[in-house]
Amino acid sequence: MASSFTVNGKAVNVDADPSTPLLWALRDNLQMTGTKFGCGAALCGACTVHLNGAATRSCITPISAVAGQKIGTIEAVGEGPAGKAVQAAWIKHDVAQCGYCQSGQIMGATALLQSNPKPSDADIDAAMSGNICRCGTYARIRAAIHDAAKALA
Amino acid sequence: MQYDQLMQRLGRELDASFDDAGLPRRSFLKLTAASGFALGVFPMAMSPAQAAEAPMATRQPSAFIRIDKDGIITVLVNRLEFGQGVQTGLPMLVAEEMDADWSKVRSELAPAGDAYKDPNFGIQMTGGSNTMHNSYLQYRELGARARLMLVATAAERFGVRPEACSVSAGVVSAGNKRAGFGELAEQAMQQPVPTSVKLKHANAFKIIGKPTGRLDAAAKSSGRQSYGIDAQAPGMKTVLIARPPVFGAKLASMDAAKAKAVKGVLGVFEVPLDRGASGVAIVADGYWPAKMGRDALQTSWNTEGVEKVDSDKQLAAYRALATQPGLVARDGDTSKIAGAPKKIVAEYSFPYLAHAPMEPLNCFIDLGENSCSVQVGSQFQTVDQANVAKALGLKPEQVQLTTLMAGGGFGRRAVPSSDYLFEAANIAKAWKQGGNSGPLKIVWSREDDIHGGYYRPAHVHRVEAGFNEQGEVLGWKHTIVGQSILIGTPFESMVKNGIDATATEGVADTPYRIAMHLEVHHPKANVPVLWWRSVGNTHTAYVMETMIDELARQTGQDPVAYRRAMLGEKHKRHLAALNLAVEKSGYGKKTLPAGQAFGVAVHESFNSVVAYVVEASIKDGEPVLHRVTAGVHCNLAVNPLSVAAQVQGAALMGFGTTLPGAEITLKDGVVQQNNFSEYTVARINQMPEVAVHIVPSNEPPTGMGEPGLPALAPAYANAIAKLTGKTMRQLPFKSGAG
Repeated sequence: MASSFTVNGKAVNVDADPSTPLLWALRDNLQMTGTKFGCGAALCGACTVHLNGAATRSCITPISAVAGQKIGTIEAVGEGPAGKAVQAAWIKHDVAQCGYCQSGQIMGATALLQSNPKPSDADIDAAMSGNICRCGTYARIRAAIHDAAKALA
Repeated sequence: MQYDQLMQRLGRELDASFDDAGLPRRSFLKLTAASGFALGVFPMAMSPAQAAEAPMATRQPSAFIRIDKDGIITVLVNRLEFGQGVQTGLPMLVAEEMDADWSKVRSELAPAGDAYKDPNFGIQMTGGSNTMHNSYLQYRELGARARLMLVATAAERFGVRPEACSVSAGVVSAGNKRAGFGELAEQAMQQPVPTSVKLKHANAFKIIGKPTGRLDAAAKSSGRQSYGIDAQAPGMKTVLIARPPVFGAKLASMDAAKAKAVKGVLGVFEVPLDRGASGVAIVADGYWPAKMGRDALQTSWNTEGVEKVDSDKQLAAYRALATQPGLVARDGDTSKIAGAPKKIVAEYSFPYLAHAPMEPLNCFIDLGENSCSVQVGSQFQTVDQANVAKALGLKPEQVQLTTLMAGGGFGRRAVPSSDYLFEAANIAKAWKQGGNSGPLKIVWSREDDIHGGYYRPAHVHRVEAGFNEQGEVLGWKHTIVGQSILIGTPFESMVKNGIDATATEGVADTPYRIAMHLEVHHPKANVPVLWWRSVGNTHTAYVMETMIDELARQTGQDPVAYRRAMLGEKHKRHLAALNLAVEKSGYGKKTLPAGQAFGVAVHESFNSVVAYVVEASIKDGEPVLHRVTAGVHCNLAVNPLSVAAQVQGAALMGFGTTLPGAEITLKDGVVQQNNFSEYTVARINQMPEVAVHIVPSNEPPTGMGEPGLPALAPAYANAIAKLTGKTMRQLPFKSGAG
C-alpha cells in the first residue's frame, strides 16, 4: 500500500505498510539517511523532521498520518533562511562532536526560530530538551541558536 | 591501570611484530597512488631502507598522506572518530610538520590494516584516551618526511640546495621561485623516504595548539555525514535479533509463522549469540518490516542454568563482602584507625551504567566465498577483524573491515569478544548457508542497546579512615567490590594476583599522602561488563574526592588548602590544574548568592589531570548544578577547541551519573530499563555553564577523551555536602535526597 506526501517540496510515493514510521520510509525507502534513528519512541529527538513546518518526531509518525502533507528534512533545511542561519551558526560554533544527534538538533532549532525569532535560554531549554546529545554539546547548541537568531534579526 | 601494557599484550596475542624495545615494528614506505603522492607506515620486520625499496606489497590502500595535484592533502586517520576530534587533531599534526595550508587539509578514517595499528599498542584501536599521546610523534614524523620529499623535489626543480628552500602554507619557495605541494606531489614520489627527520620545536608551531574548527563540522551540520548505520549497498537487507530476556539464555522454541507472514520479512532463523546464548535473526527489507517481524515472533526461552541477577540482592551481597577480607591490592598499616581521634566509616554504591551512544550499535556485513566485507564504527578494528574471521573460519586478512564514523561509543565499541560483530558474522553465515547471498545490516534498537549488557560494572566501596584534629590521616582501610572487566577476556593475563587494576585505578595510585590499605573482591555475576568512559575512575574518583573533602570539613579546613597540603609539592600537575580552576572560578574571593556553595575535586586519569570548582544549590529538595570551572592539565593541547569540547561533554556525562534514573538495574536476571524513558541521561535544561581553562605546556600531549569525567560528580557532591552537611554516597542520587 502506497502513501503519498512531499519531502522537501518533491512529491514521493512510498510503497510500505501504513504503520511504517516516516523515519524508516525516509531512511530505507527513500535512501535519505540524514534523519537519524536514536530511540524509536520520541524520547531523544534524533529523528526530528518538519511536518508542515513543525518539529516532529518521525520515528513515531506513521506514513499513513502524513499522506498529502509536507515533510522537510535536514537534507534541505538549509534552503530556507532560518535553516541556513542555524547551519552557519552550527559550523561557526563547532557544535558537533560525534554529530549523530545534530540533524535532529538543527531541525528542532530551526523550527524554534521559525516560531520564536528571539528565544531566551528558557525558551531554548523548553524547545530542545527533547533532543538528547550524549557528547554534551548543549552549551554550544544554545550559543549557536542565539547567534542564528541574531543573524536572522 | 597501565593501558599500554594491556593493549600490547593483546597485540602479541594477535601476532603483531615487536622490536627489541618492545614496540611494534614499523617502517616507512611510499605507496603507489593513482596520481600524486602517497606516504605510509608499514609495520613489518624490515629495515626502513629495505622498506623504502620494497615493492608495494600491501593490498590495502594504506597511505597515511595523499597529496593530489590540486594541492588537497588527505590524511588517513588510524582511529575511530566518534566525537573526540581525532579526525581533526591528527591531520593538524601532519599539517604542522609539512607547513601545509590548513584550508587544503582533509581527512578520512583508515580501514583495518597493519599500517594503521597503534605505534605503541600493536593493535588498531581507539580508547584509553591515547590517540594524541601515542600518535603525536608518529603523525608529525609522517608530515616531516613528506615535507622533506617535497622540498627535495622543489630544490631539484629550482636548481638550488634543499636548505635554500623555505615552506609556508603549502608552497615551497627559494628566491623568487615558488611551487605548491600539488605541483610537486607526483615527482616527490621519486624521492627516497627520509630515514630520519627533525621535528619542529613547539615554539615554532603554527597549527598545533591553535583553536581549530573540526574538519567534519559542515558534513555534521547538514546530514551529509554518513555513519555505520547509514551503510547501504544494492540488495542489502536489514536484520534485527530477538534476544533472550536473561544474559546467556537460549531459545527453547519459536513459532515463526506470524513473523514470516509480515510483508518484507525474508528470513527468520535461530542463531548463536554472544556469551553462549542463542536467539532469532529476522531478515527483512528494511528496519520496519524486521521490527514488525520481531514483534510478531513467538518465542520461549530456556533460562535454566544461567544466573538471574537481582540488583537489590547483589547490592546486599556486595555490602557484606566489603566487610570481609579480600585480595590485598595495596598494603598499609591500619592499626591506628581504631584509636584515632576522629573516624569516618563510609560505604558507597555505584550502579551498572549503559553507554547508550546516540547511534545504536550496528554492523554491515557481506560474506563472500573466501572473503568478508564488514563496515562498522569500531573502536577495536584489529580485534573485531580477528573475531569475525574466527567466527567465519577465515583468516583475518580475508576480512576487510572498513571503519565508519560512529555516533558516540564511550567504550561500547571496544569489546574484547566483539559481541555485536560476532553475532553479525553468525547471522551472515546462517543466511548464506540457507542459500541466500548479499549484504546484511544488523541494527540494534535502543531497547536492545539498553538491555544489551557490557555495562560499567556496579561497585561498592567501603572506607574506614582514622585521622586527627589536624586532618592528618592515621590509617585508611579501603575495600572495593565489583566485577572484573578483564577476567574472562583475552586481557585476563593482565590481572595480577587476582586483582583487576581497572577497578582500583584512582584509588591504589592516589596522589594524596595516605597510608592506605586496599583490598578488592571481584564477585562473578551473569552481567557482561566493560570499560565506560574513564573506566574505574568513574567510581574511584568519586570516593576519593568526597572522602578527602569530608576530612577537610570535619577538621574545619578549607578543602582546597587541605588538598594542596595532602598532595604536596610532588604532584605539580594536580596543583597546577587545581590552582587554575580555583583562580578562574573566583573560589574564596567571590560571594555566591545565598543558598549556593562551591564544591571542589581534582583527579588524574589517562595521564591528564582535571580539576573542577562547581557552584550548586538545593531547590525544592533537589540539587541543582549552576556553574562549572575546569582546570585542565593535558600537557600541550593540540586543539584547545577539542579539549574544551571533551571537558564540557565529559563534565555533563559525569553530572549525568548523579541524576535519578541514571542506572541499570536487574530483577530476576532481566534488565528493568528499556529506553531513555527509564534510563536517564542529561538534557539541555540541565546543562550548566562550563568554562574550561588549560594549563599552558609544551610537553607531549596526554589524552583528553576521558579525564574530564571523573572529578565532576564528586565536586558536585562536595558542594551539596557543604549545603546539607551530608555526603551523597549512593549513585545515582535519589530524588529528594538533597
